[in-house]
Amino acid sequence: MVEARLPIAIQAGYHVNSNMPLDQYLIPLRLTWDKGALESAGIEFPKPVMEKYQAPGTPATTISVFSGKFELVSKFKVPADANQGPTTITGKLRYQACNNVMCLPPKNMDVALQVDIVR
Amino acid sequence: MNRSLVWLARFSVVGLLASCAFIPDEAHLYREKDRKPAPEFSLKDGDGKLVKLSDYRGKVVLLNFWATWCGPCQEELPWFREFQRDYKDRNFAVLGLSVDEDGWKAINPFLTHFTLNYPVLLADDHTQMLYGNVESLPTNFVIDAQGRIASHHIGLVSKKTYREEILGLLETPTHVSKNTDGPAASGLLAFLRTTR
Repeated sequence: MVEARLPIAIQAGYHVNSNMPLDQYLIPLRLTWDKGALESAGIEFPKPVMEKYQAPGTPATTISVFSGKFELVSKFKVPADANQGPTTITGKLRYQACNNVMCLPPKNMDVALQVDIVR
Repeated sequence: MNRSLVWLARFSVVGLLASCAFIPDEAHLYREKDRKPAPEFSLKDGDGKLVKLSDYRGKVVLLNFWATWCGPCQEELPWFREFQRDYKDRNFAVLGLSVDEDGWKAINPFLTHFTLNYPVLLADDHTQMLYGNVESLPTNFVIDAQGRIASHHIGLVSKKTYREEILGLLETPTHVSKNTDGPAASGLLAFLRTTR
């Protein structure tokens, strides 16, 4: 098993929903890898922050978010028949960001891993 | 087998700030001479029926760009439901324009949970572009009875702000006054700031 760390930095004042938002309609943070030389064996997310959010004149709501700098850890299995040499694993990071008064559209960001498989 | 180390470039998730001019949370109606016509649109509701903005000429309209995944948008929905209930008999209407990428597949389950008493339409890219490339949500426009944009807000503002703006327009005579500078004739409009 190998792992890769994806560092993420959220612009100050904004947050993204965590991988497990409390509201079923909110868009979770997702990292997915395409089929390739390595087999995805799961993503580790940090512990989310439970933020209290309150619009003017409304009761407070709790939201499960990530903000600031954090890392996602991708775990991979290397198949026994994996070809040696350099290769690229591609994937997508899906996120949806808000600040305390507005939300931006969900985005899909291409991600790529440069890998060198050696024996 | 030796496992090679892998390395990933740092990714920065950057909040887009396009079309996010900060507008203060206070009632603010544009002076009549400064109001631009609200762009016409023709969009479908959940039953597939086409709804045009021009169908509402003669009414004050609150045009709400929203999405099911937008938390601040969800905060506004009960307010808008209340406005529709309170003012529909006074030539007022709310129109909800959803920008959900998944369309009715996302909107319909949401609406069974959040019952709304006004039309919900599925916005398209063209309509979002016509209204200034709407991206940040919620984005709302208050349109006067002559079909002109009298106010707009990007992001969550207070219920009180919308109520004051709506009432300010409902109180305004429907004909266009020749004197549009200075305080408006309506007593209710007198305390709304109408400067540009």
